[in-house]
Amino acid sequence: MTTGKYFGKSVLRLEDKNMLTGNVKYMDDIEIPGQLHAAFLRSDYAHARILKIDVSEALKRPGVVAIYTAEDFGDFWKPGPLLVPPPTAIDGSQFNARTLVPIAKDKIRYSGEVLAVVIAESRYIAEDAFDDIIIDVDPLPAVVDLEKAWEDTSVLVHDDLPSNMAALVKQEVGSYEEAKKKADVVVSRRMLIEHVAGAAMENRGFIASWDDQNQVMTIWANTQSPLTIRGSVARALNLAESQVHVITPFIGGGFGPKVMTSLSDDVLLPWISLKLKRPIKWMEDRRENFLATTSERDQVHHCEIVLKKDGTILGFKDVFYHNTGAYDSYGMTVPLNTQTHTISNYRVPNFYSEIRMVFTNQMVVTPVRGAGRSEGVFAMERMLDFAAKELGISPVEIRLKNLLKAEELPLNTGVIGQDFVVNILDSGDYLGNYQKCLAEIDYDKFRKEIQPKARAEGKRMGIGMVAFTEGTAVGPYEGCKITVSTSGKVTMATGYSTQGQAHYTVFAQIIADQLNVKIEDVRVVTGDTNLFAWGAGTFASRGAALVGAAAYLAAQKVRAKIFSTASKKLEVPEEEIELCEGSVCVKGQPETSIPLGMLASLANPMRGVVEPGVEPGLEATAYYGPPHGSTGSGAMGVIVSIDEETNKPTIERMVMVDDCGTVINPLVVEGQLQGGISMGIGNTLYERLVYDENGQLLTASFMDYLMPLATDMPEKLEIIHNHAESSLKVNPLGIKGVGEAGAIPPGPAIVQAIEDAFGVAGFEILETNLSPSQIYEYLKKAAK
Amino acid sequence: MSEKLFPITVTVNGEEYHREVEARLLLSDFLRHDLGLLGTHVGCEHGICGACTIIFDGEPIRSCLIFAVQANGHDIRTVESLGTPENLHPLQQSFHEKHALQCGFCTPGFLMTLVPYLEEHPNPSREEIREAIDGNICRCTGYEKIVEAVQDAAEKLSQKK
Repeated sequence: MTTGKYFGKSVLRLEDKNMLTGNVKYMDDIEIPGQLHAAFLRSDYAHARILKIDVSEALKRPGVVAIYTAEDFGDFWKPGPLLVPPPTAIDGSQFNARTLVPIAKDKIRYSGEVLAVVIAESRYIAEDAFDDIIIDVDPLPAVVDLEKAWEDTSVLVHDDLPSNMAALVKQEVGSYEEAKKKADVVVSRRMLIEHVAGAAMENRGFIASWDDQNQVMTIWANTQSPLTIRGSVARALNLAESQVHVITPFIGGGFGPKVMTSLSDDVLLPWISLKLKRPIKWMEDRRENFLATTSERDQVHHCEIVLKKDGTILGFKDVFYHNTGAYDSYGMTVPLNTQTHTISNYRVPNFYSEIRMVFTNQMVVTPVRGAGRSEGVFAMERMLDFAAKELGISPVEIRLKNLLKAEELPLNTGVIGQDFVVNILDSGDYLGNYQKCLAEIDYDKFRKEIQPKARAEGKRMGIGMVAFTEGTAVGPYEGCKITVSTSGKVTMATGYSTQGQAHYTVFAQIIADQLNVKIEDVRVVTGDTNLFAWGAGTFASRGAALVGAAAYLAAQKVRAKIFSTASKKLEVPEEEIELCEGSVCVKGQPETSIPLGMLASLANPMRGVVEPGVEPGLEATAYYGPPHGSTGSGAMGVIVSIDEETNKPTIERMVMVDDCGTVINPLVVEGQLQGGISMGIGNTLYERLVYDENGQLLTASFMDYLMPLATDMPEKLEIIHNHAESSLKVNPLGIKGVGEAGAIPPGPAIVQAIEDAFGVAGFEILETNLSPSQIYEYLKKAAK
Repeated sequence: MSEKLFPITVTVNGEEYHREVEARLLLSDFLRHDLGLLGTHVGCEHGICGACTIIFDGEPIRSCLIFAVQANGHDIRTVESLGTPENLHPLQQSFHEKHALQCGFCTPGFLMTLVPYLEEHPNPSREEIREAIDGNICRCTGYEKIVEAVQDAAEKLSQKK
């Protein structure tokens, strides 16, 4: 199925009209009668021993109901679960699990860690009470610098460990050292990948409401992981899963950080609600989001590439430091993604990669759109640029020589990824993507005409051309349930939660085609655990591929039930029955038509059409789990101009070629790519989480953390879908993810273009985040 | 130590409201939690993101940057004053047709920035539209489709006249 009435078409989103008119409820729009408000008092210190927290004065303030510190939680206080398993699938891996604690006890490990929870009649009063809480701490030096923290054991984030090592994971394919012996050229560099925020426009929030009469805990959370929360709350409070109902409202963006659980809110607020028998609401503010909600990137790479004289890659080595923050509950998803993506689109016969994951006194690091892939691609793309310079060939030539061709796939890279299976590059035309991008941007014309002309006029213009892959759609599984109701409307429920990805429309497209109903008659419900309670969560660009496949499989089961029920009712063989829009009939006999709603009511032993003991109803559940992820791919070309006086780069033109497999909705895919691109541009030119030597976050507001704005987008942005048909379809619909693709290539493409614009010998950019003043610093270095 | 309350009268979306509020109550919180107009969203509470933009005496402003008491005697319009799901405002219709929203959280702020803008600039260029929305942050769309939607809405609105 590649096209249908809806599938493959730019169907306008079903969810839009309510969203556009303010007629949907986001997290802070949920109000529960009798609710109290929580506010978290957070540490100003990044690293300190807690001596005393005195809340006695604060409790006297009118409107304050309760205040809790770690001690008040008694035995309930404990370090949270390890949310992602350790990398035991990789031989010799070492991993020290030090999971997040819900509230600091004895020791503070990052600025923003929760010290006390105030419960009050209003949020205003709860925050007033902060002024009355006396905190006595013994400050410690902060662990901030990754490389230093790895060696230096004089200050430890976790005192019970011998060092600040969170993990050490080495993977080798072939033999890098052997390759190096045969190499003509060896190029090595140290590069920084800066720390950035997910920065969804809606902050996080959480409501816990214990119903003592019915013994049910209802939770509203704008989370990417409703099922994880249901399970963890049930376990922590010794309830059955059926007693915990998690509802996700409309969610104002996710981008990764909303996948994180075992935070203060989702652990402590249910306990407090149970104790006070009142609904408790907490809404994060932007400062809290910056300080304590998770973030990503922040790696230091020591790379070495070895090549033949003609530019053929013989081997690649990358020893990189990865900041996990103060705790490592989310395991190694991010650095493992980096490891797989470093060599995921070129022929690299010998590869050595070493992750040195470091504890620091900083907020916890978990995936943010791009999620380690961006880092691996940046490292490889930059090294190719440096190698090309060393060899005296163009950055394009070195890529054309080494990019994998369509016929070389599927390819087992031998590198184990975030899903703990060996990375299989399933399909795609990596070389073809790149060639297409070269043609679309008209690389030769730029080199021969545009750039010389600009230079002659004293203008700085440059071009960057990179390739990338996006590992997507990893397992283990997702599922859904489809029900045809007696009204004829179809409901699909999935445990997957949605943050703006058009799930209400794209899943409906798949189902409407299979059941031949109007798309408006398909209602998609995401992330309500009372309607569907199996699945993993929203991450790794896997919704369309996994839930989409499950929707297809469940719809086919429902379709089979429609045919068998209709066959019985109409007393003709199934082959003689056809689906018309919203009804079934005997082929060629429209007068026999039965509306689907009526058929749904007949599909019941009470009506005699289904045998007693047989599963009634026109409904079915299906699950889909891929054998391995599927890899999207593409290329990006960027033309920049540089302001003569300020060094500010302007992106004149950007061309992105992307292959995300079969497309359900081209308009939605384009939107995903454009959004990802803006994040990639922001990450490269504007956004940066800056910690000082004391572990203080200096950029905890949108005044200091610069988000990409409309005027920062390329003057001209072109996106080309370049789907390489392949015999290997990892999933039944041939869908790959696309949520993160846009965020991956802008970094290496833009910095290559900036270097090219200056064309100054020795001018090399060795980091992702580049302000005009940093460009100036690099230029000064080059002049020396 | 309960806070002193001040009586205010505010016209919101054509309706007059009389309320008593604390001096420190933000206008955004007043609109959302006192009046129940939930379409105005709060993204940063420091005036940068623009999600809480409303129209105040005809001008777009950040409702998180002023207090409810400062709105006493003034006229406010929120996203609820535009269209309904069944009958969208032309700008909302263009946002729908051009896929100019994804999570939708920043969208009311964009709409309330652009409605008065389009009244004053009925035929803006792409560059002018980018400048017009440069004070509103959208993390989902990369702005491209918002710019397209505004161009489309400008056409729709000029045909209406």
